[in-house]
Amino acid sequence: MSPRRGRTEEFTSYYGRPILKEPTWQALDIAGYIFAGGLAGASSILAAGAQHTDRPGLERSAKLTALAAISASVVALVHDLGRPERFVNMLRVAKPTSPMSVGSWILSAYGPLAGATAAANVLGIFPRAGKAAGIGAGITGSAVATYTAVLLADTAVPTWHDAHERLPFVFASSAAASAGGLAAALAPIAQGQPARRMAIGGAAAEIALSVAVERSGNLSAETLHEGRAGVLLRLSKAFTVGGAVGLALGGRSSRGVSTLSGLAVAAGSALLRFGFFEAGRASTRDPKYVVVPQRERLAARQEAAVGADTMG
Amino acid sequence: MSTTQLGMPTIGVPRKGFFTDTSLCIGCKACEVACKEWNQIPADTSLKLTGESFDNTSSLGADTWRHVAFIEQKVPATDPSAHDGVKWLMSSDVCKHCTHAACLDVCPTGALFRTEHGTVVVQQDVCNGCGYCVSACPYGVIDQRKEDGRVFKCTMCYDRLGAGEEPACAKACPTKSIQYGELDELRERADARLEELHERGEEGAQLYGRDPEDGVGGDGAFFLLLDEPETYGLPPDPIVTTRDLPAMWKRAAGAAASLLAGAALVFWGARK
Repeated sequence: MSPRRGRTEEFTSYYGRPILKEPTWQALDIAGYIFAGGLAGASSILAAGAQHTDRPGLERSAKLTALAAISASVVALVHDLGRPERFVNMLRVAKPTSPMSVGSWILSAYGPLAGATAAANVLGIFPRAGKAAGIGAGITGSAVATYTAVLLADTAVPTWHDAHERLPFVFASSAAASAGGLAAALAPIAQGQPARRMAIGGAAAEIALSVAVERSGNLSAETLHEGRAGVLLRLSKAFTVGGAVGLALGGRSSRGVSTLSGLAVAAGSALLRFGFFEAGRASTRDPKYVVVPQRERLAARQEAAVGADTMG
Repeated sequence: MSTTQLGMPTIGVPRKGFFTDTSLCIGCKACEVACKEWNQIPADTSLKLTGESFDNTSSLGADTWRHVAFIEQKVPATDPSAHDGVKWLMSSDVCKHCTHAACLDVCPTGALFRTEHGTVVVQQDVCNGCGYCVSACPYGVIDQRKEDGRVFKCTMCYDRLGAGEEPACAKACPTKSIQYGELDELRERADARLEELHERGEEGAQLYGRDPEDGVGGDGAFFLLLDEPETYGLPPDPIVTTRDLPAMWKRAAGAAASLLAGAALVFWGARK
C-alpha cells in the first residue's frame, strides 16, 4: 500500500474548485484507442515473428487482429476530435514537441504497412513484399504501442505526468499481453506457444509495473486506488492474473481454456488503460493533486536555497 | 536549444504583456464584460449563481477569457470587545501567455502559434478540436467550446494589438489594475509596486509569474497577489511538462525496444 494513501493534507484552494481543466477526451475513444493501438502494434510484432518461423495460422490471425484494431482505433481518434472533418490538419505539420503530432505520423507509417501485409497474406499476392511490409509493421508497431504513454504523460494531468518514467513500460507490457492473449484465443493451439508466452510474460510485466506506479508514493497515485479507476484497475488485475494462470496451466491442452484465458488477458489489458485514463481525469478534478505536490516542491527548493546560503 | 518549441523566439519588437495588480482590483468585472463584447464571446446563458461569492463565472474557460475571483477573508479583531473584520481579495485572471507554452508545444496542427507580440493565439480556422492543449495547460486556462468543438482562449486582443491599441480589458479597467505594455517595463513597474506594498506592511504581497526562471519560463501575463497563489485558484509552482519530453521519448524508445526484444524471446525455442 502506498505510504501516501489516506494521508490528509492541509491546503488552500479557491472554493475547492479544480485548477486544471478535465481532459475533453471520451474514455471510449481515447482509452479505447490506446488499448486498440497497443493491441495492433504488438500483434504486428507477433505476426512478424510468426511469418519467419513458419506459423501460418498464427501469422494470419495476428495480422488480421492488427488490421482490425488499428482501423477501429483510427475511427475512435477521428471521432474524438471536436471537428472530425479537420482530422487531416494533423498532417500539416510535424512537431517533435507534440506527442500527438508524432503519433499521427507513426500511425500514417504503420497503418498502410499493417494493411498491406494483412491484404497480401489473405489474398495470397506479393508474398515477398507482404513479408517486408510485415517486418515494417512490426517495427513501427512497437512505436504505436508505446508512444501513447508519452501522449498521456506530456500533460499537466497529475496522475499521468507523475507516472511518465514508467508509463511507456506499463503500456508496452500491456500491449504484449493483449496481443498474445488475443492470438492465443484465435490462432491454432499447435502454433500458439509464442502467443501464450507473450500473453503470460506481458501479463506478469504489466502487473508488476502497474503496481510499481500505484505504489510510487506520489500523491496523485491515490487516484489509482479510488473510485471508478480503482474498480477498473482491480478488475484488470483479476482478469490479467486469471487469464495468465489459465493459459499457463491449460492453454496448450484445451481449445476452450486457451480461448477464454486469452480473452481474459486481453480484457485485463483494456481495463488497465481505462483505469489509468479515469485516474488521470479524477486527478484534475481535485485541486489537492496540484497544490500539495507543488507546495512541497517549492518548500524543498527554498530549503535547498537556505542550505546553500548557510554553506556559503 | 530549448526543449520546448522554440521557447521565446526573437520577435524583433519588444514582447507585450499584462501586469495585473490585484491590490488595485475593485471587482467591477468591467474587464470580463469588455472582453466578451470586443471578442464577441458567446454569453453563458445558464445564468447560474454560485451562491458562494460575487463570482458567478467561476473560472477561465472557452467563453470566459477574463475571470474576476472574489475571496472573503476574516480579519481577527485585535481588540477582544470588537467584531472580527472582513477583507476582500479580488483578482482578474487571464491566460498567462507563457514563455514556454505547453498548449503551443503539444498542438498537433500548429493551430496555436506565437505572435509577433510574443503572445500565444489559436488560429480558429486550423484547430481541429483534438483537446490536447486543454490537458497540457498547467493553469487550466484553455478549453473546448462543446457546441463548436474547437478550443478558445484569450488572444490578448490580437486584432487590437496589431492596430496599436491596448487590449479591451486593460482599456476598460477603471483602476489600472490591468496594465498592458512592454513586458520588461511592466516587470520594473511591478517590482517597484511590490516594494511599495511591502513598505506599507502588506506582507502577503508577492509577484506571480514574474520570474523568467520559473517552470514556464515566466508569464507574459503576470500578477501582483496579496495572498498565496492557490488562494486565487492558481497553481503555486506550475511547470511546462514538455520540459520532460526528451526523457519521456527516451523511456518510450526503451519500452519499444524491450517489446521487440521480448517478442524475439517468445519465439526462442518455441515448439511447433
